[in-house]
Amino acid sequence: MSTSMSTSTLPTTSAADQTPDAVRPRKARRRGERGPGASLAAHGILIVASLIALFPIAWLFFLSLGPDKDDYLHPGRIFGKMTFDNYLFVLQETKFFDWLTSTLVVSLGTTLIGVLVAATTGYAVSRMRFPGYRKFMWVLLVTQMFPIAVLIVPMYQILSELQLIDSYLGLVLVYCSTAVPYCAWLLKGYFDTIPFEIDEAGRVDGLNPFGTFARLILPLAKPGLAVAAFYSFITAFGEVAFASTFMLSDTKYTFAVGLQSFISEHDAQRHYMAATAVLIAVPVSAFFYLVQKNLVTGLTAGGTKG
Amino acid sequence: MTVAIDRATGKRRGERAPRPGPLRRLRHSFQKYWYAYAMITPVVIVLGVLVLYPLGYGLYLSLTDATSDNTARTIGVNEIEATYKFIGLDNYADLLWGETAYDRFWSHFVWTIVWTAACVALHYSIGLGLALLLNQKMRGRTLYRLILVLPWAVPTFVTVFGWRFMLADSGVINSALDALHLPTPLWLEDTFWQRFAAIMVNTWCGVPFMMVSLLGGLQSIDSSLYEAAEMDGASAWQRFRYVTLPGLRSVSSTVVLLGVIWTFNQFAIIFLLFGNTAPDVDILVTWAYHLGFGQQPRDYAQSAAYGILLLSILIVFTSGYRRWLNRNDPQLAI
Repeated sequence: MSTSMSTSTLPTTSAADQTPDAVRPRKARRRGERGPGASLAAHGILIVASLIALFPIAWLFFLSLGPDKDDYLHPGRIFGKMTFDNYLFVLQETKFFDWLTSTLVVSLGTTLIGVLVAATTGYAVSRMRFPGYRKFMWVLLVTQMFPIAVLIVPMYQILSELQLIDSYLGLVLVYCSTAVPYCAWLLKGYFDTIPFEIDEAGRVDGLNPFGTFARLILPLAKPGLAVAAFYSFITAFGEVAFASTFMLSDTKYTFAVGLQSFISEHDAQRHYMAATAVLIAVPVSAFFYLVQKNLVTGLTAGGTKG
Repeated sequence: MTVAIDRATGKRRGERAPRPGPLRRLRHSFQKYWYAYAMITPVVIVLGVLVLYPLGYGLYLSLTDATSDNTARTIGVNEIEATYKFIGLDNYADLLWGETAYDRFWSHFVWTIVWTAACVALHYSIGLGLALLLNQKMRGRTLYRLILVLPWAVPTFVTVFGWRFMLADSGVINSALDALHLPTPLWLEDTFWQRFAAIMVNTWCGVPFMMVSLLGGLQSIDSSLYEAAEMDGASAWQRFRYVTLPGLRSVSSTVVLLGVIWTFNQFAIIFLLFGNTAPDVDILVTWAYHLGFGQQPRDYAQSAAYGILLLSILIVFTSGYRRWLNRNDPQLAI
């Protein structure tokens, strides 16, 4: 950060040189204050943007209250007959809880393996420079940008041979192919923010690198580990392509697949689909808001520092 | 980024002892770095098994004529042996300059570029605009921020269905347009409007990430720089141009790269909006999936070839981007 800051001072001064009399001392306005017009415009834009952000989700919720599958075409009729019956139906009659189980098994499995496997690596690439370091970092970076199209066909073939199609383990393994390098990258970014003095103190006290890592760094890195865990979880949770292809029996669907099945199998039962969508969205987004702030710092820190 | 490095190993760079023999060097290097190697072993194993092996296998498949008709499979109790054979680079040749290569590859390629460029440009500009507004002192700032993050908080596979209901022929968007006496396009049938809708939905989904990252970048800019600029008489535009933009450069370079990669690889939105019904709207990723799993017989070999090509495109782009960043500002090297 500080480097980009110092570069920015230069053009600023030169800009000021070009226009020495750009200030018009009209009214003494404190820094950061705006006129009422600008303030109104800012609020206006933000309100419109908020409405756009909110509307599709609010609409989904609204539709989930309509009892008929074609209500989405006549939203006006929903007002007269709002009901939570769709929710009851979804919870009682569909495989909602099967899907919940498989989603949780797959996502938590991915998270656990991802973070456990990646933690020491994140530390090693943050603190040590070894021959092959640059190549290794490059592999980690490239693996993260694998399009699903690269691995989906060979993975399908390999998992078929191992009879792991339609199994939780198969899907977890597939997800780990992206979660592990991603977590390593993310954790490296976090370990970089922990002062090196701590490692040195550990070394002076006679700890080897493993001891330093386990006793000093790991307890300090809990927020970073949480971000990595959360990110692996949310990625596995929302993954569509592999889950749609590899999970065949409808009790093993993850939510991403189960939600689609409302349209293909049950001849487009959109009202149940909307209700399921809301049931999925509420806990996930609540959880998201809890950790959201850490997530962003983690993401950009992991990306900017190499 | 290299400053902290050498403190860790305690070695100064550029120090050269006479070069020992290769075996001794190997042993020496192992003794010196075995901690590091031991620590990265888990990831190396996982990557080898889960990424490199499938990648190699995919590369091999792309050099064969494998389809779902000639790969090993089980029908009932009968196990059928694989009968596909090695055909060299024929798949690539066919896909790049075969007879209908334009329809099968180049049209999707062009659309993928347009899609990526349009989406990332929209993500970035809208995200930056909103971040600038949110960075001001104003009432209700936290509330706005929470609402604007919503499209990111709700999983994509959920929100896409919300959009699908809205975009349906007589869904709420067309009803609203109709009420305003505006034309009501067939969002989910007409190719142009399908593309338009895809970009719209992806923009909606992708803006919050940009906004939050850029807001973080804005907040880390030292406010004394703005004071100094104002003192020197810089106008609002000049402050934006010469303080804000340079201050955002490191965040921007990262989020733009991430945005390009994510958008280029964006599978869920197009797949869930249109399913297998609209091959013209498929970007390369969804088209490769269509070839491999969305048709009968499944063309595994061609799909794998698309996968390899896609990865090559991304690697070339990323290396070019990094080189370009390096040249402009060596500090930002990723």
